[in-house]
Amino acid sequence: MADITSQIPASARSALGSGPRGPKPRRRLSPGNIMLYGTLFVVSVYYLLPLWVMIMTSLKGMPEIRMGNIFAPPVEVTFQPWVKAWSEACTGLNCDGLSRGFWNSVQILIPSVFFSIIVASINGYALVNWRFKGSDIFFTILIFGSFIPYQIMLYPIVILLREMGIYGTLWGLVLVHTIFGMPILTLLFRNYFSSLPEELFKAARVDGAGFWGIYFRIMLPMSLPIFVVAIILQVTGIWNDFLFGVVYTKPELYPMTVQLNNIVNSVQGVKEYNVNMAATLLTGLVPLIVYFASGKLFVRGIAAGAVKG
Amino acid sequence: MTAATSISVRDLTLNFGAVSVLKTLNLDVAEGEFIVLLGPSGCGKSTLLNCLAGLLDPSDGQIWIKGQNVTWAEPSERGIGMVFQSYALYPQMTVRGNLSFGLKNAKMPQAEIDKRVARAAEILQIGPLLDRKPAALSGGQRQRVAIGRALVRDVDVFLFDEPLSNLDAKLRSELRVEIKRLHSRLQNTMVYVTHDQIEALTLADRIAVMRGGIIQQLAAPQEIYNRPTNLFVAGFIGSPSMNFLNGATVDGGRAFDFGGTRIDLAGYDGGAVGARDKAILGLRPEHLTITDTAEPGRTIPAIVEIDEPMGADSLVWLKAGEATISVRVPVERRPAHGAAVHLRVDIPKASIFDARTEQRI
Repeated sequence: MADITSQIPASARSALGSGPRGPKPRRRLSPGNIMLYGTLFVVSVYYLLPLWVMIMTSLKGMPEIRMGNIFAPPVEVTFQPWVKAWSEACTGLNCDGLSRGFWNSVQILIPSVFFSIIVASINGYALVNWRFKGSDIFFTILIFGSFIPYQIMLYPIVILLREMGIYGTLWGLVLVHTIFGMPILTLLFRNYFSSLPEELFKAARVDGAGFWGIYFRIMLPMSLPIFVVAIILQVTGIWNDFLFGVVYTKPELYPMTVQLNNIVNSVQGVKEYNVNMAATLLTGLVPLIVYFASGKLFVRGIAAGAVKG
Repeated sequence: MTAATSISVRDLTLNFGAVSVLKTLNLDVAEGEFIVLLGPSGCGKSTLLNCLAGLLDPSDGQIWIKGQNVTWAEPSERGIGMVFQSYALYPQMTVRGNLSFGLKNAKMPQAEIDKRVARAAEILQIGPLLDRKPAALSGGQRQRVAIGRALVRDVDVFLFDEPLSNLDAKLRSELRVEIKRLHSRLQNTMVYVTHDQIEALTLADRIAVMRGGIIQQLAAPQEIYNRPTNLFVAGFIGSPSMNFLNGATVDGGRAFDFGGTRIDLAGYDGGAVGARDKAILGLRPEHLTITDTAEPGRTIPAIVEIDEPMGADSLVWLKAGEATISVRVPVERRPAHGAAVHLRVDIPKASIFDARTEQRI
């Protein structure tokens, strides 16, 4: 819709300008608002308090922690726990902290996200626009796959990866993540692509574009929101994964989550709460940043994908 | 097949599962002809168009375009351009990008692309819009660009799939004239799908009225209007629709008996009527006149119920025995409500149908 004010003659516009402007004023302290903001405040405190405790504890030294007062800010701020968590904490034989796990996770994350999204988006596109004999059955089976509990497939996949010769490697884990992301991502992309007008696809075919031409030049440019959603789902899902990481890799290749567990749950020596807190925060940082950076697009994409099923 | 045949559809059949959408359909379109496929929703008209375009694969039968069997050819290899109801412009490309997309896919040299885009823009008067995105265009402009996309391909056959249905009434009549002008300028073969009979009657060289995957009648608009081949076509074409009187033909087919009223059938423009105990007399509202005097064999007595003034004309609804009849009269000659009048029947313009076969006699 065009800007309405630009169509009003200048004389009329100046007359408009002389009156009161802006939205209708509202009472700020109505009972409804008190309820609303009161609830929001309580909920934020509920969710922020643990974060507060974690950050404060991670900045304290061990003597200060032993005094109790978990809510109090540190008397003496120290970043030593963070340094230790990142580069010195011991897990098993290695004493290079979480940094090893971080880079492992990055190496797992990037190809897993990339391959799962590429394959799922092509799946969704083909299922909507290039329907083949049995495509409905294919889709049903794929969706059914997402209802099978992981635990059932855990051991068969170990055998499968072993036979393929990639058990215990990063690429084995990448393959597992790609496969397990497939049902939900395909559903997501299929729903999004079926919400795009079918006539666009027909027009592109008349214009002589083929399977890939339509995918790359017509569909992809229209699909930014759903790709953002898929990226967020996959980045957070794969980064937070623990089970597959611990089952399908070996200690040198453990992802960050597994290393975090090993640091926090080590039974020998003193429990270093400050190091544990710092390590946990470090591990959670990546999904946190992803959410902050893409919150708006995420909501838009979820809404776009939900229009039609 | 003669050299002048542009499209030839031979025994085309299409089934979706158990549902038969097109039933051994045959259609020949001459070169430069404007054919309108007209029918209610679900009659198979859009399906037929999609088959012509190659967007749907037929279950059986063949499609020939310009003497080539294109039944299994890709849409882009058929020498067709298509215009869609929702315009189907690529939203991320400018108007220029939309127009040249197909040409780029065909690996045409850039100079030739520019030339063709310029020509299409000139014909459709969209030159100033070339660098805009579709979102910044009005509905009429978008449809013009969509037509331009078919135009630049320099094809023999244009396919229109209800191109004006998404526009408001005023724009629709404007673009209708423009499409007609385009056709007389380019002289391409055009196949046009619509459910709007005004579009069909104004644009078509020939109309194919479809129902249930079968072409009911394929003829010039006047022929379809004046001599509908069966009850369905008679009822579908014309607004307000044709009046149907149930009765019988008597006296060896020389008269129509309708609730005791006899109408002389002398001068009927059709086949030998013969005596039939169940027949239907079809009369268009403008082929009846209201008079005060009864003329035996030529008039039907009726009572005026309501009238609907529509500007120049008024549509008067009357009750004749059990039947309701509508008559179009000039607005200044509207009869009074409840008046007992007589309707003079213009038999040379009437249609008689056999009530069993529903075919015109």
